Amino acid sequence: MLQGIFEIKKNRMIAKDIWQMDLYSEKELSLNPGQFVEIKLDGFYLRRPISVAYGDKHELVIIYKVVGKGTKVLSEMHDGKLDILYDLGNGYDLSLSGKKPLLIGGGVGVPPLYYLAKQLIDLKKEVTVILGFNKKEEVFYEEEFKELGCEVIVCTVDGSYGTKGFVTAPMSDLNYSYFYTCGPLPMLKAVYDGSSTEGQFSFEERMGCGYGVCMGCTTKVKGGYKRICKEGPILNKEEILWED
Amino acid sequence: MGRLKVELCGIEMDNPILPASGTFGYGYEFADNYDINILGTLAFKTTTRDPRFGNPTPRIAETASGMLNAIGLQNPGVDNVIKNEIPKLKEVFHKPIMANVSGFSIEEYVEVCKKLDKEEQVGWFEVNISCPNVTGGGMHFGTDPDMAETVTREIKKVTTKPVIIKLSPNVTDIVAIAKAVERGGADAISLINTLVGMRIDIKKRKPVLKNKTGGLSGPAIFPVAVRMVYQVYEAVNIPIIGLGGVSSAEDVIEMMLAGATAVEIGAANFADPFICKKIIEELPALLDELKVENIKDIIGGAH
Repeated sequence: MLQGIFEIKKNRMIAKDIWQMDLYSEKELSLNPGQFVEIKLDGFYLRRPISVAYGDKHELVIIYKVVGKGTKVLSEMHDGKLDILYDLGNGYDLSLSGKKPLLIGGGVGVPPLYYLAKQLIDLKKEVTVILGFNKKEEVFYEEEFKELGCEVIVCTVDGSYGTKGFVTAPMSDLNYSYFYTCGPLPMLKAVYDGSSTEGQFSFEERMGCGYGVCMGCTTKVKGGYKRICKEGPILNKEEILWED
Repeated sequence: MGRLKVELCGIEMDNPILPASGTFGYGYEFADNYDINILGTLAFKTTTRDPRFGNPTPRIAETASGMLNAIGLQNPGVDNVIKNEIPKLKEVFHKPIMANVSGFSIEEYVEVCKKLDKEEQVGWFEVNISCPNVTGGGMHFGTDPDMAETVTREIKKVTTKPVIIKLSPNVTDIVAIAKAVERGGADAISLINTLVGMRIDIKKRKPVLKNKTGGLSGPAIFPVAVRMVYQVYEAVNIPIIGLGGVSSAEDVIEMMLAGATAVEIGAANFADPFICKKIIEELPALLDELKVENIKDIIGGAH
């Protein structure tokens, strides 16, 4: 866990209720894809955990959905500085990807896969990405993934853009060595059931501290339990327990 | 640095600041961030006899000026704490520590204390009879004066180390409980634990916490804590550790003026992991401003 003051360079809406904020750090960053940051906002007691869409050298990019008061306030900030805890969580393990990794993202679960895709492409992997959204207005980052050199499949639930249906539909026709996923819980469960290889999942939980001391986000896994903020948010397929 | 020194139950502390149990893990998690030996001491996460997973999630909800938690005493159990956690803490922290313990029966409290009593680095026991997030244990012992007195007396029989009883604010008469644990032989009292609260998600029409209720902490409860420390200070002759929403050097002074000998920092660690360090560094300048030479001179100064 590290703390820094970041300067807001740009903050803009890139799809319905989805915002991208570009930040500058004085200190050099070297974040893992799948990690998250915790942002202090005036007027709110707890920090906001938000996944890293890109975090290298002096540049941090976050993409977030406006879902409550905190993210609303964040979307209204266009300059100034933010107190951010970073280097939080384990991040994806790239060493297991094989030659043809598949990345599956749903909604606001797409951003961490961008940074992951970039690093996998740098490692000369053949990356296929399935991006799932509810409808056309919510689609983002299709071009950005293509520019990285990924094969991109976009699905919308209502069929207003790309392939109609859930992200799991195109999965069955694909040949992949490994997969990485991030998205809402029902989607993760569907990916778990519909996948033919091992893979890694990014989980969400309400957090108190975000760095492993409050035990607020503990979840049961096979053979014990893990703090989503510390030993997660990335869990391996074989250790996941689906409860409720 | 000498001007921040206080003495708690015969043990000298370099300063009155310690992170509260449950907000600082076992201490070593923070050692990468700063040298935790600057702390007065630290209270580690509540330890019970058996390992506990705790409550289902969500365990955390935000509130105005604070938060609710319903962790449910997650911990690896006393044997694992002794085997795995204390040795790791020892590597990075070289002062006496405050062992926070809880239980679901008097026998369990006694057994846990007996085992930890053998640990050289344990300076004090802080006995949690005030956790609001478990059934049949914790707060169950802290809301009845007779039970509180009995658990104190039984623990005192098995240890020579100072026993601090951590009280619940969820009572109608905090003074009655404080007097009861003093009668039971408590060497000090710490207060307050969290206040029972609830948030409801208006879209789902359900409590935010899976446990439904949780303990409220943060600046929202600070005035309640100050009031209770003030009341208890007038009623007992043993030292008090003040906690509840303390977030700044000014809050520390306020708590000490109410009657606290030492001050715990809790939820503020979540908002700012460096808060204990900052407070300790800010205290000397604040003492100058208030024209106070030694911090111990202000204990109970508001009475």
